Amino acid sequence: MLIYLPIAEVSVSALLLLGLGGIVGILSGMFGVGGGFLMTPLLFFIGIPPAVAVATEANQIVASSFSGALAHLRRRTVDLRMGTVLLIGGLAGAAMGVRVFAILLAAGQVDLLVKLCYVVFLGVIGGLMFVESLKAIRRTKYGVKHVARRKRGWIDALPFKMKFRTSGLYISVLPPFAVGLFVGVLAATMGVGGGFIMVPAMIYLLGMPTKVVVGTSLFQITFVTAFATLLHATTNYTVDMMLAVLLLIGGVVGAQVGTRIGVRMKAEQLRILLASLVLVVCAKLALELLLRPGELFSIATAGAH
Amino acid sequence: MLRPLSLLLLLTAPQVHADERVVASLSQSHVSITTSFSGSKILIFGAVKRETAIDGSAPLEVVVTVSGPAEPVTVRRKERVAGLWVNVDAVEVDLAPSFYAVSTTGPLGDVLSSTEDLRNDISIDNAIRSVGAPFDVEDSAAFTEALIRIREADGLYFVDEGGVDLRESTLFSTEIALPANLVEGDYATRIFLIRGGDVVTDYETAIDVRKVGLERWLYELAHVRPLLYGLLSLFIAISAGWLASAVFRYFRY
Repeated sequence: MLIYLPIAEVSVSALLLLGLGGIVGILSGMFGVGGGFLMTPLLFFIGIPPAVAVATEANQIVASSFSGALAHLRRRTVDLRMGTVLLIGGLAGAAMGVRVFAILLAAGQVDLLVKLCYVVFLGVIGGLMFVESLKAIRRTKYGVKHVARRKRGWIDALPFKMKFRTSGLYISVLPPFAVGLFVGVLAATMGVGGGFIMVPAMIYLLGMPTKVVVGTSLFQITFVTAFATLLHATTNYTVDMMLAVLLLIGGVVGAQVGTRIGVRMKAEQLRILLASLVLVVCAKLALELLLRPGELFSIATAGAH
Repeated sequence: MLRPLSLLLLLTAPQVHADERVVASLSQSHVSITTSFSGSKILIFGAVKRETAIDGSAPLEVVVTVSGPAEPVTVRRKERVAGLWVNVDAVEVDLAPSFYAVSTTGPLGDVLSSTEDLRNDISIDNAIRSVGAPFDVEDSAAFTEALIRIREADGLYFVDEGGVDLRESTLFSTEIALPANLVEGDYATRIFLIRGGDVVTDYETAIDVRKVGLERWLYELAHVRPLLYGLLSLFIAISAGWLASAVFRYFRY
């Protein structure tokens, strides 16, 4: 069944969109990631204009992260204070990101930037995760004790310290602000929530306890992507509500299925699967940049940005 | 009331064949883009009205064109920079129709002289207006070629040679397929009668392509009241997220 998307101005199979939403939803439920980094490239692939894909995906992430954040709020696994600092950075970053996006659109370099960002971030994070989970599997096999402890270094030397009681931290607000800012730029330019950057940064850089990390990042993502959606809707008119709703339905159902699958698997196995998935997406995008494309030319109209 | 006017036209018209006129109609003059819009086929049909006997000097040919709203287009070309394929050169095409179909009774090159093509902008090449390319781009023709190639691959530009069915040099009909990825606007429809390569007469009408219903409402809201539209998108997203969380909790306990 074909459905005409009013903003993207293309006709796409509704079942395909529901299916994509479902598959990405299952993965996001299994791994506890937003899935934006998978969905946005998939939307490019089925012919949605990149600007519409990025803006609409931001809208969809609002739904999935809000659902997750609610669950964490009930369990009191959200550091609201830390979340607020991350959020202030994130809002500033999103505002910058939308501006940068508009400039690159005009210069015709959105594709390049988005793909390069994906390759670099997915490559680094996927690689790190892969190595880390291999080590973890080896540790559980040979019974070696986990001795990782964050070293106190330059981060403690920074000014503007603040107490974060839920996380049990007393650190400067500058590093979390910077992390938030960076993730905000990504949310506005790449159509991702940024959880895959923020979660490792919170654990390894800020030294937050693992149990509050996911909830706090979801809390920040909900607000930052909501803000990015509004900015895209008012400056670029690129949010496609019809597309968002179809992806939402598939995503919401898929996420519930995925969560149940995820519960049955071991944490290390899950992590190594997610790492492989991230590396596969990264390799595919890298090849697109490195190999000679079939069509060297591309067209852009003023109306469709 | 019409007769004196047509008489006047007859007297003042410079062409020899001006006593032939087109009477045409469309199977539909409105195309509604609904949510389930998946393309549309339009039948363009008509007759040649003449007061005198058929001019036998050369066979009559018919060319029908349908062109979507024109807008400026940027064509970009990738080049290898430091191992990566990057958009480097760009050429602005001043006006290119979003959709362009040509249907003829025979091969376009045989039916129409190139001067008449140029005068009436009939072939795809001439329907695209490209005035100036930047000086640093040498082969700007490759860019317009690429534009046509990409749009042909998307089914947006096509030439259907032999697509017009002409009977006894009088009745003609053709079918134009509008694809699903249509842009809103007036689709100018032109019918040319041609004899010996020269345009005898032409007829112009328009197909009105509009989004309707939910499509129309969403599109207008997004452009006229973007803030409200953005807030509505957020409201839908947040309620869906809340609903999912609520339903999930209900099933767990």
